[in-house]
Amino acid sequence: MITPPVVRRNTPQRYRLEANKCAKCGKVFFPPRLVCDACRGRKFAPVTLADTGKVVACTVIRTPPTGFSDLSPYCMGIVELKGGTRIQCQIADCEPERVKIGLPVTLEFRRVQEDGESGVLAYAYKAVPAR
Amino acid sequence: MRDVAIIGIGMTDFGELWHDSLRDLFVKAALAAMDDAGIAHLDSMYVGCMTPGLFTGQEHIGSLLADYLGQAPVPATRVESACASGGLALRCGFFEVASGASDLVLCGGVEKMTDVSGGRATYALATAADQDYESFHGVTFPGLYAMIASAHMAKYGTKREDLARVAVKNHANGLLNPHAQYRMPVTVEQVLSSVKVADPLNILDCSPITDGAAAVILCPADKAKKLAKGRAVKILASAHATDTIALHQREDLTWLKSTAVAAEKAYKMAGLKPADVDFAEVHDCFTIAEICVTEALGVVKRGKGGEAVRSGYTARDGKFPVNPSGGLKSKGHPVGATGIAQVHEVVTQLRGEAGKRQLKKARRGLTQNMGGSGGSAVVHILEVMR
Ligand SMILES: [Zn+2]
Repeated sequence: MITPPVVRRNTPQRYRLEANKCAKCGKVFFPPRLVCDACRGRKFAPVTLADTGKVVACTVIRTPPTGFSDLSPYCMGIVELKGGTRIQCQIADCEPERVKIGLPVTLEFRRVQEDGESGVLAYAYKAVPAR
Repeated sequence: MRDVAIIGIGMTDFGELWHDSLRDLFVKAALAAMDDAGIAHLDSMYVGCMTPGLFTGQEHIGSLLADYLGQAPVPATRVESACASGGLALRCGFFEVASGASDLVLCGGVEKMTDVSGGRATYALATAADQDYESFHGVTFPGLYAMIASAHMAKYGTKREDLARVAVKNHANGLLNPHAQYRMPVTVEQVLSSVKVADPLNILDCSPITDGAAAVILCPADKAKKLAKGRAVKILASAHATDTIALHQREDLTWLKSTAVAAEKAYKMAGLKPADVDFAEVHDCFTIAEICVTEALGVVKRGKGGEAVRSGYTARDGKFPVNPSGGLKSKGHPVGATGIAQVHEVVTQLRGEAGKRQLKKARRGLTQNMGGSGGSAVVHILEVMR
C-alpha cells in the first residue's frame, strides 16, 4: 500500500536507512524494533546502516505483481550490508541475469514502483553494482 | 487432554472451478466429510482461509459458511496463517476436542482464487510476505523461493535438475489422483524449458492458482472406533512454530526453522523419530520448498534434499514417499485448503483407500503445511487405529 501516511511513516528507513541497536547485546535491527529478539532488551540507540555490501541471494522477477509491470524483468536480491544487516531490494543498473551471489553493491535512492491508486510516488533504496 | 481421531474426510476436485463460489466449494467438501463420518450435526467448526477478502471481496466467512452448511448457530472460526491456514484450522479443532469442550468438530479449508486476474492473485499471495520490507520492493512468492533456491544451490551444490525432479515425481503421483488439477506427466526437459517465472524457477516449478476446499471431522478417539467402523485415524501429534516472515532476516536462508521446530515438537509429542514415520505430505508450493522441507523434517540430512529426489528416496516406491497425492505442485494449491487436503491424503493412505497410488507401507503419516516463505509451519502426525 502506497498511501501518504505509509510513505511518511516509512521515510526514515526508506530514505535514510535508519536502524536501531540493542543497548544490551548490540544486535542491529532494520526496521527499528521495540524489543530485541536476542536478549529481550528494550533499550536501543539509533544507528544508520552502511550503504555498501554484497548480494547473498538473487532472482530475476519475470511475472511481477501489480505496480511493477513497467520494470519487468528486474532483479530482486538479498543484500548483506557492511556490518552484517541484511535487506531485500531490487538490484538495478545492470542486466538482471548477470547478478550473481557475491556481487559487491552500493545502495542508491530510487523510485521503486509505479504510481499507486493514490498517486503517491514510492521512493526507497535500490542496490546497484559497486563502481 | 483426550486423544483425538479423524472419522470423516471430504474434498472437492482441485482446479479452475469457474462455476463454484467460495461458499459452495466449502459446503461440498464439508458435506462429503460429514457423510463420510455418518454425522448430521456439528458442535463447532474451524475454516482455514488465507485471504477471501482479496480473492473474492468476502470476509466474515466463518458465519457465512456455518450458515450455508446448515449448521448455524454453531460457533465457526476462520483461521489464518497464510498458506498454513488449513493446517492451523486442524490444530484449533484438535485442541477443542482434546480439551473436552466439544465432541464433533469440523476442520476445513477453502480458497477461491480464480475470481481475480493473475496480477491481483500474485498481489494477494504476496501479502503473506513482509509488506513494508519485501512486497514493497516488488518481490513475489516465486521470487522469494527462487532466492532460497539460489542460496541452496550456492551452499550445497544443489542442481537445477534436482528442482525439476521434484516436479517430475509429484506430477507422476498426481497423475493417479482423481482430485488433482494437473493430471499430466512432465519430464525434466519440459520443466527446464517451461516459461521462466523467477530465475531459476520456471512455471513448472510452481504450484498453480487453484480453487478448492477440503474438510475433516474430528471426535474423541474413544468414540471414534464405533463411529468410523474401523476407518478412524488418530492424531498422534499437532505442532506449530513461527519464524520471521521476512526471508532476509533469517540467519540461514536455506533452513526452514519453523518447520524444523514444529517437526521436533511433533516427534516429541508422538514419542517417535523421523524413521518411525512411513511417508509425508509436504508443502511443495515450489520445487525448492520440498527439498528444504525434507531436510527440516529430518527425513534427510541438511543439504541432501536434492539428492533425496535424484536417488528416488522420496518417490512413491522409494524408502520414504513424499507427496503421494501429487503435492501442491500437481494436485493444486488453493492456499487455505491445502493443509486439510494434505490430511485428506494421509487419511486416505492410512485407510488403504488410495487406489492406484496406494503406498505399500502406510501405518503412520506426517503432514507439513507452511505459511509464506516459512514464517509459519504446522506439522501433524497421524496413525491408523486398529
Ligand atoms: Zn539484545
